[in-house]
Amino acid sequence: MIKRTDFPILTRKIKGRTLVYFDNAATAQKPRAVIAATVAYYKKYNANVHRSLNPLADEATKRYEAARDTIAAAILARREEVIFTRGATEGINLVARTWGAENLKPNDRIVLSLAEHHANIVPWLQLQAKIGFKLDYIPVKDSGALDIQAARRLLSRPRVRLLALTQASNVLGVVNPLGGLIRLAKSKKIITLIDAAQSAAHRPINVRSLGCDFLVLSGHKIWGPTGIGILYGRRELLEAMPPFLGGGDMISAVYPDHFLTNSLPYKFEAGTPNIAGAIGLGAAVAYINQVSWPEIKRRERALTAYFLKKIKTLKFVQILGTAQPKLPVFSLLIKGIHPHDAADLLGEEGIILRAGHHCAQPLHERYGVAASLRASLSFYNTEAEIDFFVKKLQELYQAFQ
Amino acid sequence: MDIYAQNILDHYKHPRNYGSLPDADLRQKGINATCGDEISVALKLSGQKIKEIRFLGRGCAISQAAISILTEELIGQTKKDVLALSFADIKRLLGVPISERRYKCAMLGLEAIQAALRD
Repeated sequence: MIKRTDFPILTRKIKGRTLVYFDNAATAQKPRAVIAATVAYYKKYNANVHRSLNPLADEATKRYEAARDTIAAAILARREEVIFTRGATEGINLVARTWGAENLKPNDRIVLSLAEHHANIVPWLQLQAKIGFKLDYIPVKDSGALDIQAARRLLSRPRVRLLALTQASNVLGVVNPLGGLIRLAKSKKIITLIDAAQSAAHRPINVRSLGCDFLVLSGHKIWGPTGIGILYGRRELLEAMPPFLGGGDMISAVYPDHFLTNSLPYKFEAGTPNIAGAIGLGAAVAYINQVSWPEIKRRERALTAYFLKKIKTLKFVQILGTAQPKLPVFSLLIKGIHPHDAADLLGEEGIILRAGHHCAQPLHERYGVAASLRASLSFYNTEAEIDFFVKKLQELYQAFQ
Repeated sequence: MDIYAQNILDHYKHPRNYGSLPDADLRQKGINATCGDEISVALKLSGQKIKEIRFLGRGCAISQAAISILTEELIGQTKKDVLALSFADIKRLLGVPISERRYKCAMLGLEAIQAALRD
């Protein structure tokens, strides 16, 4: 059941006004269960994992690995295919610097889309500078939908090795139809990486039904702590890849002149991990299971429809990307008002929004705008908050006239 | 920023000295990478003093008002004085409370002018 009171921050005031948190695409708020699990680690069983034969380390290790099991079960992966990272960004960089550096050659091509977050562009540009492969972008239509025909053409060119694609744009909220593209990529032996950083906050992730080779997500966007995330990788690929960072935990033995790597998933988890973060993320996934995805999706569909209906009454507001299916992520252009001014002034009213290009500059250029005002909702938001936002937006517009 | 900051809205809607300066002594472009705002400034000097400033570009109310006010305020001031100006001075000129989160917006124009003077 959805309970707004599970999120303590939602009762706080900003300058005397109750917080209206509409920046969920940047980071989601944390339920009590996540905060409690994180605090419990430090208060009751703080110890390093996978080391020391003592009862405290045992407890920490058990709970850290139990979090991995919870997450693996939720995304239908095997436990050894779930690597803890700092977040989606680190996950993509890991794949670029290990699988990419090992397998991509100068005449190869990789395919991204114009709707990617910078985290799924820059690591590939960095690698391209070293190797010199070609990089193509799937175009985005005016509606915000991917140009699927163009995607099929790009994937059908010779020597395409990788398709790295977001499941949903963090700007437009438009969900990409991945199934067909992944199937096509598979038939051409193209490796697929899915950026689920945005989508994972709105629908369950199932790596088996997606059929992707890699998938990344960030814990803090799915109501978990910051600094923790997941890289899913198909076991055969992870086993063939060289390790990423070197250090403790990723080795099985070290000699003065060489080392042997540890088994999966530890091979990719060098150094003391974010133990509290992993346990908190496990708690977040358990919490969401309990709220239940069907209920979250039902609530979000209602909020999305209500938001669109209300915004349509404002003639001075344009929404970027209206293609369906659309998550409750809305990037707005307001006639005569710069997004920075709008975010600043509405912030004074307690409405938390994001202004800028939301780490998706190429996509903003595609629409011919430098910046937009983003309102991104989660299941705990309410129709009353949307009403308040619309009212304050109208007042702001009047003040600028 | 205060929604009722009429002075800022006035400069935003009716920027002073907006345009190009074909015989400028100094030119500089300032870019705010986080929002893509751009301001190009052109300056005419008379010895060590600023004689004229014009600007082109687009941006938020704070960045546009700040540069518009500067094109009037800085006339007759010496290079040294202008190079010494800071965020505190811009906040004083804007005349309304400006939060730290608007630092880049408020400073975009001044930083372009200062970069031009340093060249």
